[in-house]
Amino acid sequence: MQTFLDIFDIYLLEAVINGILLGGVLALLALGLNLIFGVIDVTWICYAELVMLGMYAMYFMVQYYGVSYFVAAPFTILLVAVLGAALHYLVIAPLLTAPPINQLLATGGVLFVLQSFATVAFGIDFRNLGIRLPVLAFGDMNFSYARLLSFVAALVGMVAVYLFMTRTFTGTAIRAISQDRQIMALMGVDTKRIYLITSALGGALAGLAACLLVLQYDVHPFVGLSFGPITFLICVLGGLGNFIGGFIAAFLFAEIISLGGLFSDLEWGYVLAFAFFIVMMFIRPAGLLARRR
Amino acid sequence: MLELRGVNAGYGTFQALFDVNLDVKAGEAVGVIGPNGAGKTTLMRIISGLIRPSRGSITMEGVDVVATPPHKIVSLGIAHVPENRRLFPQLTVDDNLKMGAFMKEARDHYAERLEVVFDLFPRLKERRHQMAGTMSGGEQQMCAIGRALMSNPKLLLLDEPSAGLAPVVVQQVFELVKRIRASGLTVLIVEQNVQQVLKVVDRAYLIEAGTIRASGTSAEMLASDTVKEAYLGV
Ligand SMILES: Nc1ncnc2c1ncn2[C@@H]1O[C@H](COP(=O)(O)OP(=O)(O)OP(=O)(O)O)[C@@H](O)[C@H]1O
Ligand SMILES: [Mg+2]
Repeated sequence: MQTFLDIFDIYLLEAVINGILLGGVLALLALGLNLIFGVIDVTWICYAELVMLGMYAMYFMVQYYGVSYFVAAPFTILLVAVLGAALHYLVIAPLLTAPPINQLLATGGVLFVLQSFATVAFGIDFRNLGIRLPVLAFGDMNFSYARLLSFVAALVGMVAVYLFMTRTFTGTAIRAISQDRQIMALMGVDTKRIYLITSALGGALAGLAACLLVLQYDVHPFVGLSFGPITFLICVLGGLGNFIGGFIAAFLFAEIISLGGLFSDLEWGYVLAFAFFIVMMFIRPAGLLARRR
Repeated sequence: MLELRGVNAGYGTFQALFDVNLDVKAGEAVGVIGPNGAGKTTLMRIISGLIRPSRGSITMEGVDVVATPPHKIVSLGIAHVPENRRLFPQLTVDDNLKMGAFMKEARDHYAERLEVVFDLFPRLKERRHQMAGTMSGGEQQMCAIGRALMSNPKLLLLDEPSAGLAPVVVQQVFELVKRIRASGLTVLIVEQNVQQVLKVVDRAYLIEAGTIRASGTSAEMLASDTVKEAYLGV
């Protein structure tokens, strides 16, 4: 009995820590989506597909052209930032005053376009960077170096966004805009420009996530489906547009997935996470941190 | 300084202002009075560019305001304290003031302006980390005026600054308008509080159903029968 507990504890601890590591990247993804929703009041259904394009960019730069990972990463972040701004300018901006359903359909359409584009352009092969990062052994526990790196980079990215949002004039305007869109002009703020900057920032976060995910997962045209839905669930659970709620929900989900995977397969971890989501939607339909009325 | 000529304006098919002519000279304080729904707020909105006139011209120191994009009008030196204050309720006082200094020219003088505003409203300095939405009505009005002053304007538009405030606080607001005037700022102020406002302004316009009905110096307005009957209750 005693030995069983010992082993159990070590595995449990390993799973908890892996959950935290996974939570970092999920929180990064959720932050990007929440930013767009909170500021512009649209949902980028195709958010994970921007990540997919970023992963391809990493793949081609690193595998095909032999660019080093750390040089390729900033380019990828920049590229996806531009894609985010382009998505806003070409698809969202013309639909800003349209009913939300039209915006959903439009970004949903972009999702299929991007998936099909990737299928035609890159084929349906699974590709990876071919970088084998070592596994860190700590006592009896094993942690993948890729996950540790991702976690740290995700945290750094989120801290950078936090500082930008709280310290700069533009960041303050981004926080202000959803509270009173009409009077922004009185402050000398061009709302169109703020939307474009926010979209680029959301894209940059997707780009960073792409650089991190490509270390752990193969890229293929439908890779967005493996973390897009979970990102949406996290944002909804945290309360759409609520940054702190999204952050907490990301770690909650990551732990459920990781601990659920401990007791059976990882897939069951996902099932548990979805079940948890459904239950929570009955208990707190407006999100974790929503005030009760 | 500010000139409106033959201005029409409205919302959709509804016309709220008819052929408005109005002047504000540098250093003056000018009042706009009139009943509810007369078009006073609409007048303020077309000056600061929140809505555009359908006809007529507006110039600020010779610059065509109508041709200036709305977010650049504040750079012409026009700051608008909107009706109902319209603070960002979930930003701190500090962040609200920061928004007032958003435009390039004001950013460069952010620290100085903050000092000026805190000098004028020591209360805001005490409350700088409080969410604007949780402050009292009077404090919120100070914050709204402070936010407008952050851009170092030449012309301050005040839309019913005393609305919804306790009588003592209303007194403070009018005292404040006097002080702002004394500092050399030009003021255009909309007020329901006719008796009070005529004490602090040099001239006033009476607007009814979207048209300027009367105008003149404060003394003339106080003596005018139209104003007396309708607003002073004598
Ligand atoms: N956003 C709007 N859309 C449509 N009509 C409007 C809008 N804002 C104001 N109006 C109408 O324009 C007219 C003038 O309104 P305005 O707000 O300028 O009046 P006001 O003189 O400021 O009144 P109050 O003293 O009550 O503030 C009113 O008839 C009002 O119903
Ligand atoms: Mg009004």
